[in-house]
Amino acid sequence: MSNVLIVGELKDGELKKISREITSAGRKIADSIGGKVVALLIGSGVEKHAPELAAVGADTIITVNSGEYNAETYSNLVAEVIKAQNPAVVLLPHTSQGKDYSPRVAVKANAGIVADVVGFSVDGGKVVAKKPIYSGKAYANFKVNSPIQIFTVRPNSQEITQKAGAGAVEAASPAAGDAKVKIVSTDLSGGSKVQLTEASIIVSGGRGIKGPENWPILQELADTLGAALGASRAAVDAGWISHSHQVGQTGKTVSPNCYIACGISGAIQHLAGMGSSKYIVAINKDGDAPIFKVATYGIVGDLFEVVPAVTAEFKKVLG
Amino acid sequence: MKIIVLVKQVPDTETSIKVGDKSINETGIKWIISPYDEFAIEEGIRLREKHGGEVIAVSLGPDRVVEALRTAYAMGADRAVHIKVDNYVPFDTNNTAELIASFAKAENADVIIGGRQSIDTDSSQVVVQVAELLSIPHVAFAVNLEINGTAVKATKEVEGGTQTIETSTPVALTAQKGLNEPRYPSLKGIMTAKKKPVETKSTADLGSPVSKIEVVGLEPPPPRIPGRKLEAADANAFAAQLVKALREEAKVI
Ligand SMILES: Cc1cc2nc3c(=O)[nH]c(=O)nc-3n(C[C@H](O)[C@H](O)[C@H](O)COP(=O)(O)OP(=O)(O)OC[C@H]3O[C@@H](n4cnc5c(N)ncnc54)[C@H](O)[C@@H]3O)c2cc1C
Repeated sequence: MSNVLIVGELKDGELKKISREITSAGRKIADSIGGKVVALLIGSGVEKHAPELAAVGADTIITVNSGEYNAETYSNLVAEVIKAQNPAVVLLPHTSQGKDYSPRVAVKANAGIVADVVGFSVDGGKVVAKKPIYSGKAYANFKVNSPIQIFTVRPNSQEITQKAGAGAVEAASPAAGDAKVKIVSTDLSGGSKVQLTEASIIVSGGRGIKGPENWPILQELADTLGAALGASRAAVDAGWISHSHQVGQTGKTVSPNCYIACGISGAIQHLAGMGSSKYIVAINKDGDAPIFKVATYGIVGDLFEVVPAVTAEFKKVLG
Repeated sequence: MKIIVLVKQVPDTETSIKVGDKSINETGIKWIISPYDEFAIEEGIRLREKHGGEVIAVSLGPDRVVEALRTAYAMGADRAVHIKVDNYVPFDTNNTAELIASFAKAENADVIIGGRQSIDTDSSQVVVQVAELLSIPHVAFAVNLEINGTAVKATKEVEGGTQTIETSTPVALTAQKGLNEPRYPSLKGIMTAKKKPVETKSTADLGSPVSKIEVVGLEPPPPRIPGRKLEAADANAFAAQLVKALREEAKVI
């Protein structure tokens, strides 16, 4: 079979954007290798999301009823579905969750895996996957030479394309097996409203914001745009914000459509995490700051004046 | 307690990368230990200091990776093992995991720790694949770890927050920033590290797994959309220009 299996991801009962991104990518691959797109959704009441995936190309949506996420049981479920479906290609999200279970799926399916892929093409019926390497200083293309080819896909890297698939829903109940890890408690109080790694707009602050009392200036812009709040390591190390907001080499890798860097110099370790953002806006007092080398739009100015003005202007035009 | 720490040697971030046909040109590259692996080494040493036993630093790659193992020695590792792979493909996580799992199994390790990702390939695969190959539990993105006998309690970063888990050894973990503050190698450590033996394992010793990944080719990064500095008289004028550019030119907002 030359089918493409995609594994969707949910958050608080909602389908994440990455699920539609990888279904769209899967559709294109399936069309060129002559197969169907099978989407897998694991959780409770997940069948309600089937139309959303059908609209971006899923021919079949397999639903599996399951409780709280656990890497061991989840990877068992995915591997069982792979065994039953025998797809040629499997696409998984390169999210926190994807990084947690995809390695187990690859081993269980005895399949080669390429992680953090941003682009696909097909050559001789095999997928060629492109990924940034060495902090985005080079890109590499890979083929997987096992019968099942697995790829994890970077959020925001795939265009969502409307292309209707059949959208047939099938319930399945594969064996989940046991987990050796027991989840005792989960604390989501420190997290941001919008998930950094999957946000399409990020407003980020660095040492230039001077202190934690000034986050509201950036937060207001972020709220106006529905953006996530990011930070440089200097701001994190100063204790102004938690490490979960850090963008960069020792923080998160992000690829939003628009990254607005406020009072960030653009050190190479910071660029390593956000350099693949589509559009970069830099607001910095120092016209020689390295961030301007990558910025699509640069503003040499004081962020304490410019950012509130930008927020006000957006409020005006966005109504 | 037998602790294996995984040490990957990667180009320093500041090093410029010259793209070759199927690998990078290594001349002039400054090599470092991947930053997250430093957290792994530190955690291994702390576990040994608390519970006794030994820390085995393992690095896979060509001869140059011995340098990274010397640093691990200087930080306090007890043994260093070089899994010698001459035609090393740093992206082939399946192959790396199979070789390391084979080694870890023979050693009967209680704890295996690596970084949450290496900064050259960002794959986040090897440690969890090793766990699966050994049929042991794993904790990805660990920010806290307590081991009592065989009982393991750990806190891990999850999307939007943290999660506390319980499991038991043998266990594999990936280290996230926050787990600890890596120590600097001491001068004495650096001096003695030079003389310590590094064990070598060949791929044949570890079962010669067949590679499942093929590098088709490397290329320079795609060109960026050319940028420009906006010119304006004051903050409001900057704001008006920026909002117009983002909405009408870039069409991202
Ligand atoms: C191993 C390693 C890993 C690292 N990992 C990361 C990482 O993951 N992420 C990361 O970000 N860094 C990382 N760094 C640190 C990195 O090298 C820089 O030190 C850091 O990015 C600097 O942060 P910054 O730009 O906020 O601060 P600075 O470099 O101090 O820059 C502050 C900027 O703010 C501007 N500014 C000041 N006041 C104003 C104002 N009123 N209006 C406008 N602009 C103003 C200044 O002109 C300056 O350009 C790492 C370093 C190492 C060695």
